[in-house]
Amino acid sequence: MTINLSAFMFVSDLVKQDAAIVIGPGKEYLVESRLLPIARAEGFGDVGAFIARLQLSPDERMRRRIVDAMTTNETSFFRDRDPFTLLNQVVFPELCRKRTSTHRINVWSAACSSGQEPYSIAMSALDHPLITSDWQVQVLATDISDEVLQRAEQGRYSQLEVNRGLPAAMLVRHFERAETDWKVVPAVRSMVRFKRLNLGDALDLPLMDVVFLRNVLIYFDASTKTDVLQRVRRVLKPDGFLFLGGSETTIGLDDGFERVAAGTATLYRPRGADPLQTPMPEPLGAAGLRQAVARVSFPTPPAPAAAPQPRAPVAGGVGGWPWLPSLPPAPPLRAEAARQPLN
Amino acid sequence: MVIDDSSAMRLILGRIMRGLGFDVVEAPNGAEAIARLQSGAMPEIALVDWNMPVMDGLAFVNAVRKEEKWRQITLMMVTTESEQSQIVRALAAGAHEYVIKPFTPDAIADKLALLGVLAY
Repeated sequence: MTINLSAFMFVSDLVKQDAAIVIGPGKEYLVESRLLPIARAEGFGDVGAFIARLQLSPDERMRRRIVDAMTTNETSFFRDRDPFTLLNQVVFPELCRKRTSTHRINVWSAACSSGQEPYSIAMSALDHPLITSDWQVQVLATDISDEVLQRAEQGRYSQLEVNRGLPAAMLVRHFERAETDWKVVPAVRSMVRFKRLNLGDALDLPLMDVVFLRNVLIYFDASTKTDVLQRVRRVLKPDGFLFLGGSETTIGLDDGFERVAAGTATLYRPRGADPLQTPMPEPLGAAGLRQAVARVSFPTPPAPAAAPQPRAPVAGGVGGWPWLPSLPPAPPLRAEAARQPLN
Repeated sequence: MVIDDSSAMRLILGRIMRGLGFDVVEAPNGAEAIARLQSGAMPEIALVDWNMPVMDGLAFVNAVRKEEKWRQITLMMVTTESEQSQIVRALAAGAHEYVIKPFTPDAIADKLALLGVLAY
């Protein structure tokens, strides 16, 4: 059920006042999906009832939670970057070496939300130098919500959404303007198939080479995590790859997986899979993603030459912008990035 | 270096960049930014608006890219210009990245991380 206009305007005004972000008409689904967990946690059956209560009795703490929910934690293209670095630098090269007879790679993006993750995977494959036109990469994107799937299938994103995490060179290569929004080009969209799937149900899926199951397990209790991991392992090929979220693990839940991670990415393989022939990139970071952009043809901007001075970590929001993330200590990324030209 | 003819935008971007640990110098147009570079300023990164009086952002990018001594400056357009062709023009001229207004502070931090001038 969609929230009414009054509730939508209340949230939209609040977010505009506190964060200067405009949530335009047609984004009711966004408000609903972001605020439902808060409403439930506060004991309301739906977002409408939660907002109605706030309209009657303002609550500063709730107000902040609403702004946080509407402005942070959203999925973004190439979210967390390191998984995509590993995908580009390790997983795709490994699979290209092993799947020479089929020239086919199946990827499953579980709990794909509004589609940024599966499209990021498809763009990575499309730009990867080893995945030539005689390869077929198919991304199956599933979610439990029909509403987000419908939106994901459209492949249409706002200016704010494409500003997040998506290199400009990829934006112009893989998107086209659609009025004030941006739409994923057909070549990318055709690689992604969307399907409604509840991870608690039977996983009637083809065998996968790669599974992205990121930031999903955190919402489950331990026994459900184990159950999901075991069933995911059954649809993953014995030499396949599983990406989990940065704070998630299989350890203590399913010993059929072993961790082969580097950096902040969390990569698992079925236990007993043959050793990787591709060395892990160190350090991970911007370099991997820039490599993915590498084939976009622009004159090379002069690369920064000097090694960076790592920025000091700032805890609990940054400089009066509470929704800015706290930052971990920096590896010398800039020097790494400097070795990766843009064309 | 924050280059924008809007003092409000300079204030916003300045706050974001200071919050991320950068020292910030400002310029209201490309010409003044060039003057600051010529007088010895050497920013790690310049956030560059496109539409400005005297010298616009694209002209600034072209001018900076002509000078070997300013090679190490990372250039990121931050502009309302949102046409695909304009983004291509800016990247082809030598901008490293491009942020379209309106943006969230997260978007700036994301792009800086992508450019390797900020850890994430």
